[in-house]
Amino acid sequence: MNQNYSTVAQRSSSVLATNKVLRNTYLLLSLTLLFSGLTAGLSMFLNMPPMTYLISVISGMVIAMFVLPRFANSTAGIGIVFLITGLLGFGLGPMLTMYASLPNGGNIITLSLGGTGVIFMGLSAYALATRKDFSFLGGFLMVGFLLVLIAALANIFLQIPAMSLAISSVVILIMSGFILYDTSRIIHGGETNYVLATIGLYMTIFNIFISLLQILGIMGNDD
Amino acid sequence: MDWMQIASALALGMFLIILFPAALQMMKNSPKAAPSDWKAVIVPMIIIVLFIMLLIKLV
Repeated sequence: MNQNYSTVAQRSSSVLATNKVLRNTYLLLSLTLLFSGLTAGLSMFLNMPPMTYLISVISGMVIAMFVLPRFANSTAGIGIVFLITGLLGFGLGPMLTMYASLPNGGNIITLSLGGTGVIFMGLSAYALATRKDFSFLGGFLMVGFLLVLIAALANIFLQIPAMSLAISSVVILIMSGFILYDTSRIIHGGETNYVLATIGLYMTIFNIFISLLQILGIMGNDD
Repeated sequence: MDWMQIASALALGMFLIILFPAALQMMKNSPKAAPSDWKAVIVPMIIIVLFIMLLIKLV
Protein backbone atom coordinates (compact mmCIF):
# COMPACT_ATOMS: atom_id res chain seq x y z
CA MET A 1 0.00 0.00 0.00
CA ASN A 2 2.77 2.40 0.98
CA GLN A 3 4.59 1.48 -2.21
CA ASN A 4 1.46 2.44 -4.23
CA TYR A 5 1.28 5.86 -2.53
CA SER A 6 4.98 6.34 -3.19
CA THR A 7 4.55 5.47 -6.91
CA VAL A 8 1.58 7.85 -7.24
CA ALA A 9 3.55 10.62 -5.48
CA GLN A 10 6.56 10.05 -7.75
CA ARG A 11 4.36 10.15 -10.85
CA SER A 12 2.60 13.35 -9.80
CA SER A 13 5.89 15.08 -9.03
CA SER A 14 7.20 13.99 -12.45
CA VAL A 15 4.06 15.36 -14.17
CA LEU A 16 4.39 18.63 -12.22
CA ALA A 17 8.05 18.93 -13.28
CA THR A 18 7.11 18.28 -16.92
CA ASN A 19 4.33 20.89 -16.80
CA LYS A 20 6.78 23.38 -15.29
CA VAL A 21 9.31 22.80 -18.11
CA LEU A 22 6.52 23.15 -20.68
CA ARG A 23 5.15 26.35 -19.11
CA ASN A 24 8.61 27.94 -18.79
CA THR A 25 9.51 26.92 -22.35
CA TYR A 26 6.38 28.51 -23.86
CA LEU A 27 6.81 31.64 -21.71
CA LEU A 28 10.46 32.09 -22.74
CA LEU A 29 9.60 31.24 -26.35
CA SER A 30 6.89 33.95 -26.52
CA LEU A 31 9.25 36.53 -24.97
CA THR A 32 12.09 35.65 -27.36
CA LEU A 33 9.74 35.80 -30.37
CA LEU A 34 8.60 39.27 -29.28
CA PHE A 35 12.23 40.31 -28.80
CA SER A 36 13.13 38.97 -32.27
CA GLY A 37 10.26 40.99 -33.73
CA LEU A 38 11.66 44.11 -32.05
CA THR A 39 15.22 43.52 -33.30
CA ALA A 40 13.90 42.73 -36.82
CA GLY A 41 11.97 46.03 -36.74
CA LEU A 42 15.11 47.86 -35.58
CA SER A 43 17.15 46.27 -38.38
CA MET A 44 14.50 47.34 -40.94
CA PHE A 45 14.46 50.86 -39.47
CA LEU A 46 18.26 51.09 -39.72
CA ASN A 47 18.05 49.74 -43.30
CA MET A 48 20.80 47.18 -42.68
CA PRO A 49 22.64 45.70 -45.73
CA PRO A 50 21.88 42.09 -46.93
CA MET A 51 25.11 40.70 -45.45
CA THR A 52 23.60 41.37 -41.98
CA TYR A 53 21.52 38.20 -42.40
CA LEU A 54 24.53 35.97 -43.01
CA ILE A 55 26.63 37.50 -40.21
CA SER A 56 23.74 37.34 -37.71
CA VAL A 57 22.78 33.75 -38.54
CA ILE A 58 26.38 32.48 -38.38
CA SER A 59 27.01 34.31 -35.07
CA GLY A 60 23.68 33.12 -33.63
CA MET A 61 24.34 29.49 -34.60
CA VAL A 62 27.92 29.54 -33.25
CA ILE A 63 26.69 30.95 -29.91
CA ALA A 64 23.83 28.40 -29.82
CA MET A 65 26.15 25.46 -30.49
CA PHE A 66 29.24 26.37 -28.46
CA VAL A 67 28.28 28.91 -25.76
CA LEU A 68 24.67 28.13 -24.79
CA PRO A 69 25.22 24.48 -23.69
CA ARG A 70 27.81 25.69 -21.10
CA PHE A 71 25.38 28.17 -19.50
CA ALA A 72 22.10 26.29 -20.07
CA ASN A 73 21.74 25.44 -16.37
CA SER A 74 22.37 28.95 -15.07
CA THR A 75 20.41 32.19 -15.29
CA ALA A 76 23.01 33.45 -17.78
CA GLY A 77 21.49 30.92 -20.19
CA ILE A 78 18.33 33.05 -20.44
CA GLY A 79 20.40 36.10 -21.40
CA ILE A 80 22.24 34.04 -24.04
CA VAL A 81 18.91 32.83 -25.48
CA PHE A 82 17.83 36.48 -25.84
CA LEU A 83 21.19 37.30 -27.46
CA ILE A 84 20.81 34.48 -30.02
CA THR A 85 17.16 35.22 -30.83
CA GLY A 86 17.85 38.96 -30.95
CA LEU A 87 20.70 38.36 -33.42
CA LEU A 88 18.56 36.07 -35.59
CA GLY A 89 15.72 38.62 -35.54
CA PHE A 90 18.15 41.43 -36.44
CA GLY A 91 19.38 39.32 -39.36
CA LEU A 92 15.82 38.99 -40.66
CA GLY A 93 15.55 42.78 -41.13
CA PRO A 94 17.17 43.06 -44.61
CA MET A 95 15.20 40.03 -45.86
CA LEU A 96 11.91 41.54 -44.64
CA THR A 97 12.83 44.90 -46.23
CA MET A 98 13.45 43.09 -49.54
CA TYR A 99 10.11 41.21 -49.38
CA ALA A 100 8.24 44.35 -48.28
CA SER A 101 9.46 46.10 -51.45
CA LEU A 102 7.76 43.47 -53.67
CA PRO A 103 4.32 44.43 -55.15
CA ASN A 104 2.46 42.06 -52.75
CA GLY A 105 5.26 41.96 -50.18
CA GLY A 106 3.08 42.90 -47.22
CA ASN A 107 0.73 40.04 -48.05
CA ILE A 108 3.65 37.57 -48.36
CA ILE A 109 5.09 38.59 -44.97
CA THR A 110 1.70 38.49 -43.22
CA LEU A 111 0.82 35.08 -44.68
CA SER A 112 4.25 33.67 -43.77
CA LEU A 113 3.94 34.94 -40.22
CA GLY A 114 0.38 33.67 -39.83
CA GLY A 115 1.21 30.37 -41.54
CA THR A 116 4.18 29.79 -39.22
CA GLY A 117 1.97 30.49 -36.19
CA VAL A 118 -0.75 28.09 -37.39
CA ILE A 119 1.76 25.30 -38.15
CA PHE A 120 3.53 25.69 -34.79
CA MET A 121 0.38 25.93 -32.68
CA GLY A 122 -1.36 23.13 -34.61
CA LEU A 123 1.54 20.69 -34.25
CA SER A 124 2.20 21.60 -30.61
CA ALA A 125 -1.50 21.10 -29.79
CA TYR A 126 -1.43 17.76 -31.65
CA ALA A 127 1.64 16.54 -29.73
CA LEU A 128 0.19 17.75 -26.41
CA ALA A 129 -3.28 16.28 -27.04
CA THR A 130 -2.15 12.86 -28.29
CA ARG A 131 0.78 12.66 -25.80
CA LYS A 132 2.37 10.30 -28.34
CA ASP A 133 6.07 9.56 -28.04
CA PHE A 134 7.73 10.86 -31.22
CA SER A 135 11.27 9.97 -30.10
CA PHE A 136 11.52 7.49 -33.02
CA LEU A 137 11.66 10.51 -35.37
CA GLY A 138 15.05 11.74 -34.05
CA GLY A 139 17.45 9.89 -36.38
CA PHE A 140 15.18 10.26 -39.42
CA LEU A 141 14.84 14.05 -38.92
CA MET A 142 18.54 14.55 -38.31
CA VAL A 143 19.53 12.62 -41.47
CA GLY A 144 16.87 14.53 -43.44
CA PHE A 145 18.25 17.81 -42.12
CA LEU A 146 21.82 16.85 -43.10
CA LEU A 147 20.64 15.94 -46.63
CA VAL A 148 18.88 19.32 -46.88
CA LEU A 149 22.09 21.08 -45.79
CA ILE A 150 24.01 19.19 -48.52
CA ALA A 151 21.37 20.17 -51.12
CA ALA A 152 21.47 23.80 -49.92
CA LEU A 153 25.27 23.76 -50.14
CA ALA A 154 25.08 22.43 -53.72
CA ASN A 155 22.47 25.04 -54.65
CA ILE A 156 24.75 27.90 -53.55
CA PHE A 157 26.85 26.98 -56.60
CA LEU A 158 24.09 25.66 -58.89
CA GLN A 159 21.61 28.55 -58.28
CA ILE A 160 18.54 26.56 -59.45
CA PRO A 161 15.26 28.31 -58.35
CA ALA A 162 13.23 25.05 -58.47
CA MET A 163 15.78 23.37 -56.20
CA SER A 164 15.55 26.31 -53.80
CA LEU A 165 11.77 25.88 -53.73
CA ALA A 166 12.10 22.13 -53.11
CA ILE A 167 14.63 22.72 -50.30
CA SER A 168 12.31 25.24 -48.59
CA SER A 169 9.38 22.80 -48.82
CA VAL A 170 11.41 19.94 -47.32
CA VAL A 171 12.74 22.25 -44.58
CA ILE A 172 9.14 23.06 -43.52
CA LEU A 173 8.30 19.35 -43.26
CA ILE A 174 11.51 18.52 -41.37
CA MET A 175 11.01 21.46 -38.96
CA SER A 176 7.40 20.36 -38.46
CA GLY A 177 8.73 16.95 -37.51
CA PHE A 178 11.14 18.62 -35.08
CA ILE A 179 8.20 20.44 -33.42
CA LEU A 180 6.53 17.07 -32.77
CA TYR A 181 9.84 15.54 -31.63
CA ASP A 182 10.83 18.43 -29.32
CA THR A 183 7.36 18.83 -27.79
CA SER A 184 7.12 15.07 -27.22
CA ARG A 185 10.56 15.11 -25.55
CA ILE A 186 9.38 17.81 -23.12
CA ILE A 187 6.14 15.93 -22.35
CA HIS A 188 7.91 12.63 -21.73
CA GLY A 189 10.72 14.12 -19.63
CA GLY A 190 13.44 13.73 -22.29
CA GLU A 191 14.17 17.47 -22.13
CA THR A 192 14.19 18.97 -18.65
CA ASN A 193 16.04 22.19 -19.46
CA TYR A 194 13.63 24.87 -20.65
CA VAL A 195 16.45 27.07 -22.00
CA LEU A 196 17.56 24.34 -24.46
CA ALA A 197 13.93 23.42 -25.21
CA THR A 198 13.19 27.07 -26.06
CA ILE A 199 16.13 27.47 -28.43
CA GLY A 200 15.19 24.20 -30.20
CA LEU A 201 11.59 25.30 -30.76
CA TYR A 202 12.68 28.85 -31.69
CA MET A 203 14.98 27.47 -34.43
CA THR A 204 12.12 25.41 -35.90
CA ILE A 205 9.83 28.49 -35.96
CA PHE A 206 12.60 30.64 -37.48
CA ASN A 207 13.30 28.08 -40.24
CA ILE A 208 9.60 27.56 -41.04
CA PHE A 209 9.08 31.34 -41.31
CA ILE A 210 12.08 31.84 -43.65
CA SER A 211 11.10 28.84 -45.81
CA LEU A 212 7.49 30.05 -46.07
CA LEU A 213 8.74 33.53 -47.04
CA GLN A 214 10.84 31.96 -49.83
CA ILE A 215 8.05 29.72 -51.10
CA LEU A 216 5.39 32.46 -51.06
CA GLY A 217 7.91 34.97 -52.45
CA ILE A 218 8.68 32.71 -55.44
CA MET A 219 5.09 31.50 -56.02
CA GLY A 220 3.48 34.89 -55.40
CA ASN A 221 5.79 36.78 -57.74
CA ASP A 222 4.51 36.71 -61.34
CA ASP A 223 7.62 38.41 -62.80
CA MET B 1 30.88 34.23 -57.12
CA ASP B 2 30.89 36.86 -54.37
CA TRP B 3 32.21 36.57 -50.85
CA MET B 4 28.70 36.08 -49.39
CA GLN B 5 28.24 32.85 -51.37
CA ILE B 6 31.65 31.61 -50.24
CA ALA B 7 30.87 32.51 -46.62
CA SER B 8 27.44 30.77 -46.85
CA ALA B 9 29.08 27.65 -48.31
CA LEU B 10 31.74 27.64 -45.57
CA ALA B 11 29.10 28.08 -42.84
CA LEU B 12 26.93 25.26 -44.24
CA GLY B 13 30.00 23.04 -44.55
CA MET B 14 30.93 23.77 -40.94
CA PHE B 15 27.39 22.97 -39.69
CA LEU B 16 27.47 19.69 -41.66
CA ILE B 17 30.75 18.64 -40.07
CA ILE B 18 29.52 19.58 -36.57
CA LEU B 19 26.09 17.95 -36.94
CA PHE B 20 27.28 14.71 -38.59
CA PRO B 21 28.38 12.90 -35.36
CA ALA B 22 25.16 13.99 -33.61
CA ALA B 23 23.10 12.65 -36.53
CA LEU B 24 24.93 9.31 -36.40
CA GLN B 25 24.37 9.04 -32.65
CA MET B 26 20.67 9.94 -32.98
CA MET B 27 20.25 7.32 -35.72
CA LYS B 28 21.82 4.64 -33.55
CA ASN B 29 19.86 5.57 -30.41
CA SER B 30 16.42 6.26 -31.93
CA PRO B 31 13.82 3.67 -30.97
CA LYS B 32 12.23 1.64 -33.78
CA ALA B 33 8.83 2.86 -34.93
CA ALA B 34 5.68 0.79 -35.40
CA PRO B 35 3.56 1.36 -38.56
CA SER B 36 0.94 3.18 -36.45
CA ASP B 37 3.66 5.58 -35.25
CA TRP B 38 4.40 6.65 -38.82
CA LYS B 39 0.67 7.14 -39.49
CA ALA B 40 0.59 9.61 -36.58
CA VAL B 41 3.28 11.65 -38.35
CA ILE B 42 2.21 11.32 -41.98
CA VAL B 43 -1.37 12.59 -41.41
CA PRO B 44 -0.31 15.99 -39.91
CA MET B 45 2.39 16.33 -42.62
CA ILE B 46 -0.24 15.89 -45.36
CA ILE B 47 -2.37 18.55 -43.63
CA ILE B 48 0.67 20.90 -43.59
CA VAL B 49 1.29 20.34 -47.32
CA LEU B 50 -2.38 21.15 -48.04
CA PHE B 51 -2.16 24.22 -45.78
CA ILE B 52 0.93 25.52 -47.66
CA MET B 53 -0.91 24.99 -50.95
CA LEU B 54 -3.75 27.09 -49.53
CA LEU B 55 -1.28 29.83 -48.53
CA ILE B 56 0.16 29.81 -52.07
CA LYS B 57 -3.38 30.24 -53.45
CA LEU B 58 -3.97 33.14 -51.05
CA VAL B 59 -0.83 35.09 -51.96
